[in-house]
Amino acid sequence: MDRIYEKYFRTDRLPHIWCPGCGNGIVLSAFARAMEELGVDQDQTVVVSGIGCSSRATTYVDFNTLHTTHGRALAFATGVKLAEPRLNVFVFMGDGDSTAIGGNHLIHACRRNIDITAIIINNNIYGMTGGQYSPLTPTGKKATTAPYGMIERNFDLCELVKGAGATFVARGTTYHAKQLTDMIVAGAKNKGFSVIEAVSQCPVSFGRRNKMRSPLEMIQWLKENTINVKAAAKLKPEDIKGKILIGELYNTEAPEYTAEYDRLIARVQGGGK
Amino acid sequence: MTKKKNIELLQGNEACALGAIRAGCRFFAGYPITPSTEIAEVMAKELPKVGGKFIQMEDEIAGMAATIGASLTGKKALTATSGPGFSLKQENLGYACIAEIPCVVVNVMRGGPSTGLPTSPSQSDVMQAKWGTHGDHPVIALSPSSIKESYTLAVKAFNLAEKYMTPVIILMDEVIGHLREPLDFDEVKDLEIIDRKKPDITPDKYQAYHGGEEGIPILAPFGTGYRYHITGLTHDESGYPTMAPKVVERMNRRIVNKVEEHKEDIVEFESQNTEDAEILILSYGGSARSAKEAVLRLKAEGYQVGFFRPITIWPFPEKEVGKIAEKVKAIVVPEMNMGQLKQEVERVVAGRTKVLGVNKVDGELITPAEIITVVKGVE
Amino acid sequence: MKKYSVSVNEIHCKACGICIGLCPKEVFGEDYLGKAVVQDTDKCTGCKICELHCPDYCIEVGEVS
Ligand SMILES: Cc1ncc(C[n+]2csc(CCOP(=O)(O)OP(=O)(O)O)c2C)c(N)n1
Ligand code: SF4
Ligand code: SF4
Ligand code: SF4
Repeated sequence: MDRIYEKYFRTDRLPHIWCPGCGNGIVLSAFARAMEELGVDQDQTVVVSGIGCSSRATTYVDFNTLHTTHGRALAFATGVKLAEPRLNVFVFMGDGDSTAIGGNHLIHACRRNIDITAIIINNNIYGMTGGQYSPLTPTGKKATTAPYGMIERNFDLCELVKGAGATFVARGTTYHAKQLTDMIVAGAKNKGFSVIEAVSQCPVSFGRRNKMRSPLEMIQWLKENTINVKAAAKLKPEDIKGKILIGELYNTEAPEYTAEYDRLIARVQGGGK
Repeated sequence: MTKKKNIELLQGNEACALGAIRAGCRFFAGYPITPSTEIAEVMAKELPKVGGKFIQMEDEIAGMAATIGASLTGKKALTATSGPGFSLKQENLGYACIAEIPCVVVNVMRGGPSTGLPTSPSQSDVMQAKWGTHGDHPVIALSPSSIKESYTLAVKAFNLAEKYMTPVIILMDEVIGHLREPLDFDEVKDLEIIDRKKPDITPDKYQAYHGGEEGIPILAPFGTGYRYHITGLTHDESGYPTMAPKVVERMNRRIVNKVEEHKEDIVEFESQNTEDAEILILSYGGSARSAKEAVLRLKAEGYQVGFFRPITIWPFPEKEVGKIAEKVKAIVVPEMNMGQLKQEVERVVAGRTKVLGVNKVDGELITPAEIITVVKGVE
Repeated sequence: MKKYSVSVNEIHCKACGICIGLCPKEVFGEDYLGKAVVQDTDKCTGCKICELHCPDYCIEVGEVS
């Protein structure tokens, strides 16, 4: 970690504000390792986030960082990327940030297939505001605003973004930290909109109310309740029921938005209509 | 657009869009809404020709956000909307205020509240322009009253945004947005264009939000080697979030004062016969056209009337109106709302003279006759 | 067999217990505050599970030559 830590973190900003055992820190170090593997130029890389515990990530990493408003990170990022396509753009969001208040921006970023890599930290809850339910809180789980258990159905984030047009979709967890790095690397290499769902633990606002007090317990739960897509393909449906599918779920090619726009400019300037 | 020499017949909305491009605007993000849509349409057509980018976002919130994002790469960026869309933009407009990101927001005012009167004129967003977003914040809002001014104020809006590192609002109304007048491009060919400053120190010494002596920060465009943090949280000189009372106080005061303390440079107005006027008619935007006509007719009848038109609605030309208030019997304020700018005039006048409104909220333009009646009623 | 060094930044450690629980070789113990302390470096296999999972970037595993 040492070298990567020195290079990609704003070490004078640490320790971070996250609670003991919060998964956000693990996802952020997986991200830093991915940056190292990709060899990105930090000056030419922009990291955008919304509002929430997870979105505080931008404070701690040494890039051009933009901490925006709740739910709107992708809309800001779209402006950055379209205005200056040569910049690498990564976006950190929480599950509520990206699928509730920011749901509209999420599906449209997918639809445009704009070359941005979104890392969505899914801790199943609104962490920052103290544990209200999000569109990714599993049915039946408890939240301060679902004291009797969540009765709404939750989104499957990866299916949602795949349906909306994202061209790279992967799901990892904080337990599978190494794979998470690989997914971020692959997502960044995809020329188009990539979503990496990082299933994470929030011991304070989620675990505490759902019979999992310790971060360790939560991270071990992630180990035991996930199954890789490749392994799942060989199993019977009843064997994978209730398990979280992880791995690269979808990867395809489609025209990328900023490249299309550049073509449009060339066409217009070339005298076309 | 019919072409004759260097003169074109243009709508206010079209002139505003062309003025923006003239100012160097190379990015537009917005969402269609009457009566501002033509601005988006012109930008969609014209921007690619000059290598700029247009994007129709999924809503106005996103339009504001993408505009800010684009500005951070160093591009001049515009968004345009009307009433309901202006409401949606407020949160991110406040973001641009606190993060000090230059951009221009056009609000072509229509009747409200809510969906209100989508195709009719109104000037009822004057106070929203000042207080629409939460928190204390700087506001610059310009109000064009002709096609030529729609063009020149678009340039001025970008100049002020770039100079003071803050969003600038163009408060048009439907009257001006859809009015057609010839614009002689020869008359507007020598406009000054201001670009934001670039840091002249090395990245290791750079503090994005230092503000320097003038209290105006220098934000290096993304991708130019200065890596720093931008947030909507209160922040210190380096841009990092802070709750330290002294730093918070300093930041809050600086972002407001950088506009307040430069009023002399920012404030613009038009005035006629204010020296010997007994009654002053003060109006802006579309209503000012009727007001001007009323002044002409009243003068023909021998009335001593003066005319004053704030071009910057915010900051309001406080000093100038205050001076006039010392001398006149009354100030008459025609506007297409229930007296929003009248309230500001009353504040400035502070009882030194009477302030009378001519107010209309039926979706119709105020007529010169309606203004004349009020002026003649002043005893 | 290779030897490894394991260090914990006790100032940044938030005593979450993740490294203690995930280390397959029980290299870590905890102090009276619950912070991780390296107890038995000799058992370390250099798998770096601890380093990858510490949410506060406190752990460094290195090879001893
Ligand atoms: C417009 C707006 N509405 C509500 C809030 C309050 N708020 C802040 S963070 C948050 C939810 C955060 O949850 P999530 O996005 O899942 O991120 P986490 O904190 O769990 O990482 C809310 C509701 C806000 N900041 N802005
Ligand atoms: S509340 Fe939850 S998500 Fe937020 S920092 Fe604490 S553990 Fe992490
Ligand atoms: S590297 Fe592996 S064996 Fe060594 S201390 Fe860390 S987790 Fe334990
Ligand atoms: S994982 Fe890190 S923070 Fe948690 S106990 Fe171990 S060293 Fe401390």
